[in-house]
Order: sequence, then structure tokens, then C-alpha cells
Amino acid sequence: METTTIETGRLYGLKRILGSATAYFLLILSILPILVGYAWLLIATFSYRTEGLFPIDAQGNIGGWTLRNWSFLTDPQIWRVTLNSLGIALGMVVGVGFVSSLAGYGLSRMNFPGRKAFLSLTLLLHAFPSVTLLIAIFFVLKFISKIPGLGPLFGYNTLGGVALVMVSLELPLGVWLMKGFFDNISWDVERAALIDGASRFRVWWEIILPQIKPGLAALAIFNFLSGWSAFLIPFTFTVGSKVANLPVYLRQLMSETAPTNWNQIAAVGLFQLIPVLIFFLFTQELLLNIYTGGAKGGV
Amino acid sequence: MKVELVNLTKRWGNVVGADHITLEIEHGEFVAFLGPSGCGKTTTLLMIAGIYKPTEGLIKFDGKVVNHLAPKDRNIGMVFQSYALYPHMNVLQNIGYPLKLKGVPKQEIRKRVQQVANMMGIGHLLDRKPAQLSGGQQQRVALGRALVKQPDLLLFDEPLSNLDARLRLSMRSEIKRLQLELGITSIYVTHDQVEAMTMADRIAVMKDGKLQAYCPPDELYDRPRTLFIAGFVGNPPMNFINVEVVQEDGEYHARAEGFDLVVPSERGEKAAGRGRVIMGVRPEDVCLADDGIPGEIYVVEPLGRDDLLNVRIGEASIHVLADPTLNLRIGDTVRLRFNTHKVQFFDPQTENSLLWTD
Repeated sequence: METTTIETGRLYGLKRILGSATAYFLLILSILPILVGYAWLLIATFSYRTEGLFPIDAQGNIGGWTLRNWSFLTDPQIWRVTLNSLGIALGMVVGVGFVSSLAGYGLSRMNFPGRKAFLSLTLLLHAFPSVTLLIAIFFVLKFISKIPGLGPLFGYNTLGGVALVMVSLELPLGVWLMKGFFDNISWDVERAALIDGASRFRVWWEIILPQIKPGLAALAIFNFLSGWSAFLIPFTFTVGSKVANLPVYLRQLMSETAPTNWNQIAAVGLFQLIPVLIFFLFTQELLLNIYTGGAKGGV
Repeated sequence: MKVELVNLTKRWGNVVGADHITLEIEHGEFVAFLGPSGCGKTTTLLMIAGIYKPTEGLIKFDGKVVNHLAPKDRNIGMVFQSYALYPHMNVLQNIGYPLKLKGVPKQEIRKRVQQVANMMGIGHLLDRKPAQLSGGQQQRVALGRALVKQPDLLLFDEPLSNLDARLRLSMRSEIKRLQLELGITSIYVTHDQVEAMTMADRIAVMKDGKLQAYCPPDELYDRPRTLFIAGFVGNPPMNFINVEVVQEDGEYHARAEGFDLVVPSERGEKAAGRGRVIMGVRPEDVCLADDGIPGEIYVVEPLGRDDLLNVRIGEASIHVLADPTLNLRIGDTVRLRFNTHKVQFFDPQTENSLLWTD
């Protein structure tokens, strides 16, 4: 009797190991192409040439490691470009985060004429691909350039102008997202805070916002990434290298006359990837940490 | 603080939340708003709190109109059904929040929160987050938060509905004791008539946004002014029988098919000569007796201490409490005797009492 239990126990254990092994095998298989891609990128940045995954020197032999591709780090230009990218990304995080969390709160909690129309219009706006708006935006930026005071900050060919355009294109989605998060916060909590003596603004800042931290973090991550890797808008509305960001800098490396050094481009690409990874490390905990409890039933 | 509502009305388009509510609450009084869900009791409460703006009518605190005062300027404490605790703050911060908003110094906040928390029996939980507390503890925190700022008026919005039955009983008596000790004017919204009857000094019964009655619990029970109140208050609910009251040989008879009951003349005379009226009699005013009116048992529901019988007499079905040791079964014939001094009569059209409407 006892032996059979042990035997079935062993059999069961074997089955379980086999089962999870299959799952791991399938998972690894499915992410293999991505991993190989990253490995290739990493190897390419440290070699003269690559053939497949293998670094190759000038004679075509395996080997030929070099740091030549990373020499761009000594160029002051790269740091200005990185700073520009960071500026656009942070501008988007702050701009979209601030405006959407206020607008989302208003749309979720307050009743005013035109609220429904505004909501459907925002959704419609988001459906426009930004390419179709480029020419119109160009004229808007040209117009802003002529306004004294604002022109040098948010006009054509300025970092502020690029950030402004990026923020406004991202706002419809941000507002909708935030409204959704606010909708999930119970009314009772807000009423309790009002009765406890808070003003509407304090309720928003001290009671409601802390409860949608995961939502804010998600919005911040999306915006940082889209600001960091923005290409179309900065490429269209900036000239020269003064206000270029990283993706535009990458594009400038691809010359039309001279042969392109792809390994250098890979190095710049990898360089662009690093801050994103760091940023994700800091925000992922916020993303996963969702408050529960303290409210039951009610509306 | 004395509270007065004058013709208080709330409408959203065609939907009426509260319809011309007029009542007065004395200083230190404990008043319950009682009614089924959707009757407007919470709407009225939220207007008093300042969350909803009244469409019409006045709210007065100590004779002063406060219609346009923001909630934070009314010095009110409120306890919600959902507790409505701030999930990202610990117990100390939750209870201390009203004081923080008033600009009370940190040391003082800590002292007063500790005091209130000790009173509520949650003094050892100050650094817990709401999610780490049980339902009963969360409700105590909510109560503490409402009390800490020493409000002039306490509002309760079905505070016990989310608690289990045993906890509800103990919290009920605790809230009542606290209110008596502190003497804070309180309004308690509930759909549970037992809660209203046991806790309140006066009960305002509401239905479809209208105030049906506003009186002490015993009066509500013994002298229901409408059919709705008679059916809503009391457990098991009052029996209703369609009868015709006629006068014969100086006596008043309430008659229906298979049913003839002599009723006291001071009650009978008000129902006589009106054709069909609705007679109401509470289950505890009916008992089994050998000389009673015969009927057939339709359903037996054991309640432990009593059996609740559903007895059919003609078309009428009557609930009666009976001794479980009698072992009565479905289909048995029993005889019922009515305590005729407690019968009620209602007009079937207006549903108003024929006895207590002046």
C-alpha cells in the first residue's frame, strides 16, 4: 500500500518536471529571436564587422575586437544630443502627466456642459496619425516663433517647441487613461475627504493621486519611452545639430555619400537603450504596486 | 447642534431624490432615516453634509441657513458604509487627517488620535494600513476619524451594512453608547428597521423621496400612519387582511370570507361604512386558541424559539408565531385568536391609516 503511494508520488513528480520543462522550452524558444538580436547588437558594437554573430577583422578571420565604435562618446556633440533627448522625454513625462491627471480628474468627477462631446472628440483626435498634421503644426510653430518671449522657448527649431508638439499629440490618450483610473476611485473616499475639511484641490493631490500612482507610473513610462525615442517630430521641426535628439543624431550618421558605419550605429543604438533600462528599473515597482482595501461596496 | 430641514428637495432632471422633506432635529438627538434602498435617505444625508446642493428648500444649523456652505465649513463627521478610509495612509494618518487639515500641530494630532483610538479600542493599530485591518476595525477607524475633530453633527450612512451579523450587534450598541456619552447630534441612515428602532430617539421613515412619518420608535410601531410604515416596521411583518367593517347590535364586526371578528368600537367605528378596508394585525397579536377562527397551515418556518406559521383563512394569509413543541405540520387546521385591541385599519386607496390620520 505504502509503496504504491511512493511510486505514484515519484511518477507525479516526474510528470510535473516534464510539464514545466516543456513550458520553459516553449518560452525560451519564443524569446530566442529577441535574445539573439540583442546579442548581435552587443557583439557588433565591439567589432569591425560581423558575419552572423561572429566578429570578423579586416582579413575575414574571426576576431577583431575593437572599441573604435564607442569613440563617439568622446565627442561633445553626443552629450548635447543625449541631453536634448532627456529634455524631450522628461518634458513629456511632466507635461502629459500634469495636464492629463488634472483633466482626467475633471472629466471623471465634475459635470459640465460639453463633457460628453469633449470626451468623444478627444478620442477622435487620438485617431489622427501625427504625420497628417505635420504641415499644420509647422505653421503653428512658425506662428509661435513670432510671439516675443514665447518664440525662443516654444517656437520652430527649439527643444520646447518639439516637446510642446509631442505633449499635445500624446494628451488625448493620456487624458482618457487618467480618466479611467479616476473612475475607479470610490466617491465615498472623496466625499469623506471633503467632509474632513479638504479643498477640492487637496483632495486631488493628497487623496486621489496617491491612489492612482500605478496609473501615473504607467503613463510616465509610456511618455518617457515615446519622448526618448521620438524621431518624426524632432526630425521635422529641427534643423542642424543644435536641437537634434538621439534618434535624429543616429539618422545623421547615415550619410548619403560615404559608406555607413553600421557598427557605430549599433553602438549609438545600444547607448540609447541604457537609460530606458535604468528608468524601467526605478518605475517597475510602482507599476506593480497597487493599493487595495480600505473601501468596500458603495459607489 | 439643532438641525432643521425645510422643504428640502433634490432633483436630477425628472428624477426626484428627495421631495420636500421638512423636519427638525433637536440638539443631542439621535435620528434615524429609515426606508428601502432608493428612497432618498442617503440623498438627504449628502445634502446635509454639503456634498449635494439642494434643488430647493433650506438646511439650517442652529437657525442659520447653511445651504451654500462648503462641506469643510460645516464641522460634520461622517461614517460611510464603505468605510471610505484613505488606503495609502495608516490608521494614525487616517484619523489625524481632519486635524492635519485644520492645521493642528503634529504632537497634538498624535495625542488626540491616540485618545480617540483608545476609546475605539484600536489604539494598538495606529501604524497599520487599512488593508491590514478587519472590517470591524476599519469601521472603528472610520468612526474615530469622524469623532476626532469633535463635530457638531455626526452622519452615519448605513455604517454597519458591511459587517457580519454578530459584529453588527456589538457595534450597534457601541455607537449608541458613544452617542449618548458625547451628546453629539446624530443622523443615522439605514434600511434595517431593527437598527432604527433600537438606536434612534426619533425615526424619519422615507419612501420615494417623501417623508412618511417622523416620530419616536414606539409610536411608529403602535400607531403606523400609513400602510407602508405598518408593513416596513416590525419583524415578522404585519399581516394584512381585506375586510369590511359593519355595525351590528352595537358591535363592530370585521368580516371577510371565513372570517368574522368583533373589534373594539373606538377602532371599529373609524373603519365602518367604508366598504373594503385593509385590516392590519401583527403576528405577535395573534395566537393559537381553541375558540378562535379556523384556518389551514400553509407553510411552517422554524425560527428556533418559535415556529412562524403561515395560516390561510379564506383568501387571507396570516403569519402567526407558535410554540415549536406543538409539532404543527402543513395542512393541519388551527384556530386563531386575534388581539383586537391592537388591530389597525387602512384605506386601500390612499393607504393612509384610518385610525391615526388627523
